[in-house]
Amino acid sequence: MIRVENLVKTYGQVRALDGLNLRVEAGKVYGFLGPNGAGKTTTLRILSGLARPDAGQAWIMEQPVAFGSAPLRKMIGVLPEEPAFYPWMTPRELLRDLTAPLYGMSPADSARKTAALLERVGLSSAADRRIGGFSRGMRQRLGLAQALVHQPSILLLDEPVSALDPAGRKEVLELIDSLRQQATILLSTHILADVERVCDVVGIIHHGRLVIEAERESLLERYGVPVIEVESEGALQAWSEQAGSLPGVEQVSLANHTARLRVKDAATSLPAVLQSIIGQGLPVARVEIVRPSLEDVFLRLTEEAPQQ
Amino acid sequence: MFMTLLKKELREQRRTHRLLIFLAAFTLIGLLSPLIARYTPVLLRSIPDLPAGLAELIPDPSIKDVVDQYLKNFSQIGLLLVVVLTMGLVAQEKERGTAAMLFSKPVRRATFVLGKWLASLSSLLAGLALAAVGCLLYTYILFEPLPVADFLALNALLAVFLGVYLTLALAGSALARSQSMGALAAFVLVVLVLVLGSVPRLGDYMPGQLLAGGHALLMGGSFDAWPALAGSLVLAGLALLGACLFIEREEL
Repeated sequence: MIRVENLVKTYGQVRALDGLNLRVEAGKVYGFLGPNGAGKTTTLRILSGLARPDAGQAWIMEQPVAFGSAPLRKMIGVLPEEPAFYPWMTPRELLRDLTAPLYGMSPADSARKTAALLERVGLSSAADRRIGGFSRGMRQRLGLAQALVHQPSILLLDEPVSALDPAGRKEVLELIDSLRQQATILLSTHILADVERVCDVVGIIHHGRLVIEAERESLLERYGVPVIEVESEGALQAWSEQAGSLPGVEQVSLANHTARLRVKDAATSLPAVLQSIIGQGLPVARVEIVRPSLEDVFLRLTEEAPQQ
Repeated sequence: MFMTLLKKELREQRRTHRLLIFLAAFTLIGLLSPLIARYTPVLLRSIPDLPAGLAELIPDPSIKDVVDQYLKNFSQIGLLLVVVLTMGLVAQEKERGTAAMLFSKPVRRATFVLGKWLASLSSLLAGLALAAVGCLLYTYILFEPLPVADFLALNALLAVFLGVYLTLALAGSALARSQSMGALAAFVLVVLVLVLGSVPRLGDYMPGQLLAGGHALLMGGSFDAWPALAGSLVLAGLALLGACLFIEREEL
């Protein structure tokens, strides 16, 4: 459905994309993950036809993405990172009178679809208010609505929930989840919890290249690093400083009375950790081998990825 | 698609009060021109301690003074207003991000520029129409009727004159990424054309000559500003084409 091969994009001295390759299969929700400045938004801008790559090619539904190509854009819905609107317009006017007609929808269909979408994104009560007075969260919801008005086959969402409160985030992620049968979704985000919640496939981009791409569960299995957590009200700081030299311990971090030890193999390292705790007389509330999270995978892969 | 964008632009002209400003300001120019022409000599003659004999030298106003005042006001205040109201139209959308939102939809970028141009021109023409009616009315009341057909022809030429500068301002706005740079680009283009108007031979093809030609027509002479009319239309066409081509290729 979406295919990118050897995409390169440079802005002055900055190489935003450095030979990016990725593939999004039909009907999947693809979590495009990466730190700030990794190249996520640049990729989406190229796929949206707003920017030209310096090298490489992209395809959407087997049609090459060409800069400024209007026909291709009929198939895609785009939600940019900070959706911008005309402050003097209302949501109803934006969707019914501007967005829907641009996709060739009839007045009757535009009106019907507008009402349904505003209800779906929770903006019915603000349908006739000027957008100029909207909060960022409301603008993001409206942004999602304008991306969905023509029932696109492809959705490109750049940080779709970043401005929302937890309740709003949950609602919008559920909405995205409900769309998976209707559209192929490329969701760009740096919020790992969102990826864990809705994405089937995860692609991690760093310094303009795809570091890894895999099904979410497979990623955790292959790259998840075991972690031993030690929770204590005692002299945890002092203990954690020497814990880094224990066999098999790669990294130690400390937060909220809990030391997290990233280890090569939990079974091998656990006895040494326990011996150290006993030897130091550290009073512990909990010692646990923790299932790796996507955050652990992400941090590990982006730390290990080669830099330019 | 063009009609959708045009409707949006016309709505924007109303909601942002650009249309109201065009209507109000131009109507004021239209009404004030005969008033100024009529009462300036009266005001001058009423200056205290005016040297003897000088009052008799101040000529009585005529409709020629009305036309002079009308053209002078539009070539200065009117032109400035047109440029100021147009210079941010495209750049503002780029700066705000609404242009990118639109261009991610199946929109021809040239259509976006043309819609803005036509909507702005419509507001200008509406304002000019009111100005013309106001001027005709007050001139009839304060002086004598203006020759309607010739006055309308003058206003048509005035529309072309202002339309050229509107197009130049829009083109300047299209070249820039921010409102401030759009304003600068618009003023540079406008000043360039104004300056070219004073270059011998070349000036005959510049929009400024349209006003002189229209004035001559109204005063009973013949219209000989055809080179200026052709030059103005070509200039506006090139500015609009340049704006469209630039926007078509620009990354956002």
